[in-house]
Amino acid sequence: MFETIIGLEIHVELKTRTKLFCGCSTGFGDPPNHNICPVCAGMPGALPALNEEAVRLAIRAGRALSCRINPVSSFDRKSYFYPDLPKSYQITQHQIPICEGGYLDLEDPDNSPEKGLYRRIAIERIHLEEDAAKLIHPEDRPVTLVDYNRAGIPLIEIVTRPELTSPEDAAAFLKELKAILEYLGVSDCRMEQGSLRCDVNISVRKTGSRKPGTKVEIKNMNSFREIQKALEYEQERQKKLFLSNRSHEIISETRMWDSRQGITKPMRFKDEGRHYRFFPEPDLPPIDLRSSRTLSWLEENLPELPGQKRERFVKQYGLSSYEAGILTGSRALADYFEEVTAYGVRPGDASNWIITELLRLWKPSEDRGSPVRSRSLAQLIRLIDEGRISRNAAKEVLNDMHAAGREPMDIIMQKNLIQVSGQDEIAELVEAVMADNTDAVQEYKAGKSKVFGFLMGQIMKAGRGRVNPNIAGKILEERLKG
Amino acid sequence: MDMELYKLTIHEASDLLHRGEISSRELTKSVLERIEATESKLHSFISIHPEAALKQADKADWLRENPNSKELHVLTGIPFALKDNICTRGIRTTCASRLMEQFNPSIDGAVVKKLKNAHAVLIGKLNMDEFAIGSSGESSIFPHTRNPWAADRVPGGSSGGSAASVAADQVLFSLGSDTGGSIRQPASFCGITGMKPSFGAVSGYGLIPFATSLDQLGPMCKDVTDCAIVMNVITGFDPMDRMSAKISHPDYTSYLKQDVSGMRIGLLRGWMEGTISGDVRMAIEKAAKLYQDMGAWIEEITLPHMEYAVSAYLLISSAEASHNLTAGKGMRMGYKEGEICELDELAVGSGLQSLGASVKKRILLGNTGLCNDNYEIYYKEALKLRTLIKEDFDRVFEKCDLILTPTNPDTAFLFGEMEINVIEMYKYDAYTVPVNLAGLPAVSIPCGFDSKGLPIGMQLIGRLYGEGALLQASYAFEQNTDHHIKSPVLITSTD
Repeated sequence: MFETIIGLEIHVELKTRTKLFCGCSTGFGDPPNHNICPVCAGMPGALPALNEEAVRLAIRAGRALSCRINPVSSFDRKSYFYPDLPKSYQITQHQIPICEGGYLDLEDPDNSPEKGLYRRIAIERIHLEEDAAKLIHPEDRPVTLVDYNRAGIPLIEIVTRPELTSPEDAAAFLKELKAILEYLGVSDCRMEQGSLRCDVNISVRKTGSRKPGTKVEIKNMNSFREIQKALEYEQERQKKLFLSNRSHEIISETRMWDSRQGITKPMRFKDEGRHYRFFPEPDLPPIDLRSSRTLSWLEENLPELPGQKRERFVKQYGLSSYEAGILTGSRALADYFEEVTAYGVRPGDASNWIITELLRLWKPSEDRGSPVRSRSLAQLIRLIDEGRISRNAAKEVLNDMHAAGREPMDIIMQKNLIQVSGQDEIAELVEAVMADNTDAVQEYKAGKSKVFGFLMGQIMKAGRGRVNPNIAGKILEERLKG
Repeated sequence: MDMELYKLTIHEASDLLHRGEISSRELTKSVLERIEATESKLHSFISIHPEAALKQADKADWLRENPNSKELHVLTGIPFALKDNICTRGIRTTCASRLMEQFNPSIDGAVVKKLKNAHAVLIGKLNMDEFAIGSSGESSIFPHTRNPWAADRVPGGSSGGSAASVAADQVLFSLGSDTGGSIRQPASFCGITGMKPSFGAVSGYGLIPFATSLDQLGPMCKDVTDCAIVMNVITGFDPMDRMSAKISHPDYTSYLKQDVSGMRIGLLRGWMEGTISGDVRMAIEKAAKLYQDMGAWIEEITLPHMEYAVSAYLLISSAEASHNLTAGKGMRMGYKEGEICELDELAVGSGLQSLGASVKKRILLGNTGLCNDNYEIYYKEALKLRTLIKEDFDRVFEKCDLILTPTNPDTAFLFGEMEINVIEMYKYDAYTVPVNLAGLPAVSIPCGFDSKGLPIGMQLIGRLYGEGALLQASYAFEQNTDHHIKSPVLITSTD
């Protein structure tokens, strides 16, 4: 048997208006090299000036992850030569990071009491640094383009201790971390836009072995799913090498995830043995949080975090932890759920409709609100409750509400979807169906009770789905017996 | 007016401009003619911009004629020049390096903005050691600046052009930068007044850095009064430079009083006894005696860790320089010799082949000092020494107001004299370097001439942000001596 040990290094772009050391915009999707100035382009003579908002956000992240916030931290230069680095050095925090020694609790998937409810993953440090430029390799030309818009955007790097034991764990950790950072307003954590990037370290060893496994780094994953897949592939690759007595072939290296082939490959360029020549940044004073002004940053109220919210949803609304988990996956969704219940909808119904129906139409995020207003969804659910439309009709209404942005009653009236609940009206329908299907009625009377379902179907069809099935069922039963 | 206007000091010229007796155009033209007559012998400048200067002079004259103008300043219409490591928007800024030869900055340095706002007239950019690394001006890729007092001698460095231009009356004042003595040493070699302000007193935004934690911009002037006037303009907190000090600066001209009675001046004696020239020692003794006569107390002091200052300085400044001058610049600045195909070649090739030997040496020394274990063995030890040296100064300033030393152990040396023995040249920095390590203000003022007729400079060191006391003591000394009035006799091309 084998043990897997995984550590993560997560780079998260902070949601500041301007860059870490200059006034340039951090806007995503602007024309290339639009948001640059002498400072972030590294022109000789220009000097960095620290963006305090970035410090505040880093502190928020640190506190939410139960880190120690260092009262004094400082910047260092990390030197290496690459076209994405305009100054030839990156301003980062090497010696004294702003946050150290925190943790994140992962809910145990089995939730079994023996295992404990949570697994605690230690966080080594969080430090502030500037992002590098973006290199673009066009497929049609043998050139590399550099977009310095990204150079100087504030990042925090979150480094975990190697305490994750499976690819699923790693994915769960990232999901939870992303939710926390989104809740805090620290980052929008969009992997597809590169505002969250993750490098992983993985080592595999035989269970009980004292010797730590050889650490392999994997880069180039663009989603949590890919991270999990890459880790699973790498875990299997290393296990196989062990089993075929080729464990010496596992070397400490950086591998690239190839999502097309679903494999990891050694990087063409090795970046080991680089001398970064770390050195204290002489252009910036240390970050000193001991002044009365900055002290308040350490005491700011943090919003309710995903874990706390999950617990509350289970207790307050009687939801399963599965449901609570989904609904607290983003702050926008959790808020939406609570709004719907505030309109008087039973939490169970609200949860059902949101999870099974609404989430088909909406991928919640901070700046993408629900296409269906909470009040409208509450109204729709109430109409079902009151028996005025059927569940099936309601699904159709919801689709239309989403597509056309209209109120449920509008659509129901226009499409004439009001449920027929009048005894006489339904009785007429039942009798008409029975008259058209005498064979089936005979079969039923002969003891073939299965035919009941067929007859019900015919009634619903005749009523174009608007017939209240409970009432129709009762009447049919009476007539068949009679 | 039919007089040699270029010989004026700032305060003299400013009075005449104010009274309408001369115009800035006349003054600027006089300066430009003086440059024309002397520059082929001196090589103080890297670039001269006569047309732009005359335009600025006309603007200044227009402002002076407009009685409502609130923009008038003592420096309005005064011609000056800048060391060529201070960024000037749209004006080539070379650092006297092949690497930067075509660099056209998109920014004005903070000091440049301030001088522009005062409507001073920028004449040109001054010669220097490459990237300000050097003490003789000999590492410039341009023709080397000569000492106005003796054409076979160096003007000092790295602000050699800044010193020579002022000494030879090519401009009324200049700015230099001082990392380990680069304002004070050339000021002393050329017989002018040069001030290195406290670390953080002047914004370094737009100064192409050599060693950021040591660099400081400062005035190089014909006398102490001019120094105070320029200090009033260039000092002040700048949000663009987070290392600039958030302090309120006094009116430095208010310290120009002939009064040193009761001042306690620490005299550093005995140290480097064997290497200091007899003439320099005598001049310093005389200066101390003069201060005593004026009512100051002279106390002998020691700075126990001073002998390690040059070593610590070399490690720290080289480490910082190695980052500041890394290869990336080479790629962007676009200097290349022949065809370069590979990125690595471009990175390593263009940087190294275009840099001079002394700069290369510093980068290698800096990189070595930061690599792996060397960080602990060398760089960290150097930082500890830096702290010890600061503490030495703190102790002295508990009982003294100022410290008096020679600026350099000897006067200007010959071209090529120090090429064989670089360590010997570093010794020249022994008195100036500790001041940068401690971040203190210091000034070099003329205090005599040696037997070869070369100017001798004395250094006064003050408490942090104690520029006022420095100026006061300097002014008192200057008013009771005539060394600063003497001018070199230049053989000009019209002679």
